[in-house]
Amino acid sequence: MDSVKKILGIVWLLLALVVAYYGLTVFGIPKVMSDKQEDNVFGWIILVILVPIIVGGLAIFGWYSFKGEYSDDKI
Amino acid sequence: MSKKFKTQHEHDAYVAEKKKNKTIWGVIMASSLGTLIEWYDFYIFGSLAVVLATKFFPADNPTAAFLSTLATFAAGFVVRPFGALFFGRLGDIIGRKYTFLVTLLIMGFSTFLIGCVPSFETIGYFAPVLVLILRLLQGLALGGEYGGAATYVAEYSQPHRRGYWTSWIQTTATAGLFISLIVILVTKTSLTPEEFDSWGWRIPFWISILMVGVSYVIRRNMKESPLFAQAKREGKTSTNPLKESFGNKLNFKFVLLALFGAVMGQGVIWYTGQFYAMSFMQKVMNIDSAQVDSMMALALFLGTPLFILFGWLSDKVGRKPIMMIGMLLAIIAYRPIYKTMYTSVKMEEKVLAKNGLEEKRTVKAHDKIATDSVITFHTEKIFTDGTLLKRDSIVHWAAAGPVITNGKAEAPLVRESITVNPDTRWLLIFLVFVQVLFVTMVYGPIAAFLVEMFPIRIRYTSMSLPYHIGNGIFGGLLPAVATYLVTSGKDAGHPEWYLQGLWYPIIVAAVCLVIGTLYLKTKNKSLAEDQQ
Repeated sequence: MDSVKKILGIVWLLLALVVAYYGLTVFGIPKVMSDKQEDNVFGWIILVILVPIIVGGLAIFGWYSFKGEYSDDKI
Repeated sequence: MSKKFKTQHEHDAYVAEKKKNKTIWGVIMASSLGTLIEWYDFYIFGSLAVVLATKFFPADNPTAAFLSTLATFAAGFVVRPFGALFFGRLGDIIGRKYTFLVTLLIMGFSTFLIGCVPSFETIGYFAPVLVLILRLLQGLALGGEYGGAATYVAEYSQPHRRGYWTSWIQTTATAGLFISLIVILVTKTSLTPEEFDSWGWRIPFWISILMVGVSYVIRRNMKESPLFAQAKREGKTSTNPLKESFGNKLNFKFVLLALFGAVMGQGVIWYTGQFYAMSFMQKVMNIDSAQVDSMMALALFLGTPLFILFGWLSDKVGRKPIMMIGMLLAIIAYRPIYKTMYTSVKMEEKVLAKNGLEEKRTVKAHDKIATDSVITFHTEKIFTDGTLLKRDSIVHWAAAGPVITNGKAEAPLVRESITVNPDTRWLLIFLVFVQVLFVTMVYGPIAAFLVEMFPIRIRYTSMSLPYHIGNGIFGGLLPAVATYLVTSGKDAGHPEWYLQGLWYPIIVAAVCLVIGTLYLKTKNKSLAEDQQ
């Protein structure tokens, strides 16, 4: 199971990249560029708060998983 | 009949157990009532958003609209997690009891004051600014409340009943939503639409102060959590819980595991079952909003006891299996459930009734603009199965006759609402109830699960942040992402465009299910203090 968790660590790191890509290009930047004020504010919240928290958290989780921090003897 | 005991020891044990149970019920009541009120306060703002917008945030004023947007997004996304950090830290330093007394008072007064703020018409920009500040205070208080209540109850509970006792706290979010719907419904039906629009909408906000007063008195008389009090006496509390929680890899990895292995999935399932279902029926299916409110209220009422059931069951079989099965069922069932909901009111398959009353058309409004007339027609159609369709449409009539737009004299629909027949109504209630069932499976045991993940010295801080990120951010993003997916699907001509919004909760819950299943321990963890 520990080796599966290590491999999955890479999956979570890649997933963090995918979320970053979609968070920025599909949701964040188009909304920031929008003429609608509601979209504009939400776009900034996505870019400055939501994407960093989700991507950063997932990337650190993936890194810990890859490094074996979640191996059975450590949790 | 009095109970018979063989030995004095047996008698003493019985009396001690009875006393303990009495104390724990007092603790649960004090904690749950306060948390319920906080959820109620938080939801009435959302439920009355349309009225509040007209009073404080006129759409034709860009600054007011900007403040409205901030009030909508910032309270959930930004301030809730910040409140979790701020009050979590306080709770780990000075104690659980005083911290959640403060959050209760902040929430109560903010809510009451929202009901007292004069409208934009009366005091101009002060109105939206004041409402924004009060809404942010609500978010801050909510961020600090839940972790405190869950920790407080858990630290009073016996280890083998922790899931059961803390599940009472878990009922409060749903019960708060239920009560907010009921209070608004009762207020609306007790007043004329004009009275409600003029001042009646303030009543649900004012009611809060009464409930908070009662809850404050009850909470004030409670003692500090015994485990925290002991830790404090022994000098084992943390001086810097934020640093210990998030600056220390040994603990931070558990914060991440709690977030990605449990709370993230729970957050999207919670929002799907209780909010997306409501907005889907109103906006995608066009069902009359009062009927949607009543169906939601009934499904929530029927589903709420299941929080207790699954909390209790988690003491027997473990927290993890129940939460993971709940997630799995939701992932599998969401698309069939929503497909059934949508097709249950497919208007194109319905046949008009033939009793002479099948179609009734009246003039709802007749406005004059110079020499032109703008007439709003209200049409009601009754179908053979009892479904009622109400539709408002506009005709622009100039001196030379009706103004033709895109080849039509009548402008496209302004508003449409469907009142479903009793059979469909019960089907929809059942389908929402099934979604609430999933909510209770993932949410019922989660307080005990989170509490058991972290040590006493940093428990309040460490459990509050993942909870509010999982619910506030992952759950809170659901309406925006789902709307985007539905709109994209519709624009692309996807045959099942109305189901596209479900991909967000399904994918997030699936990732969470994989992480939870592989990384979390199956056996319930005991608090470090349980062994003492």
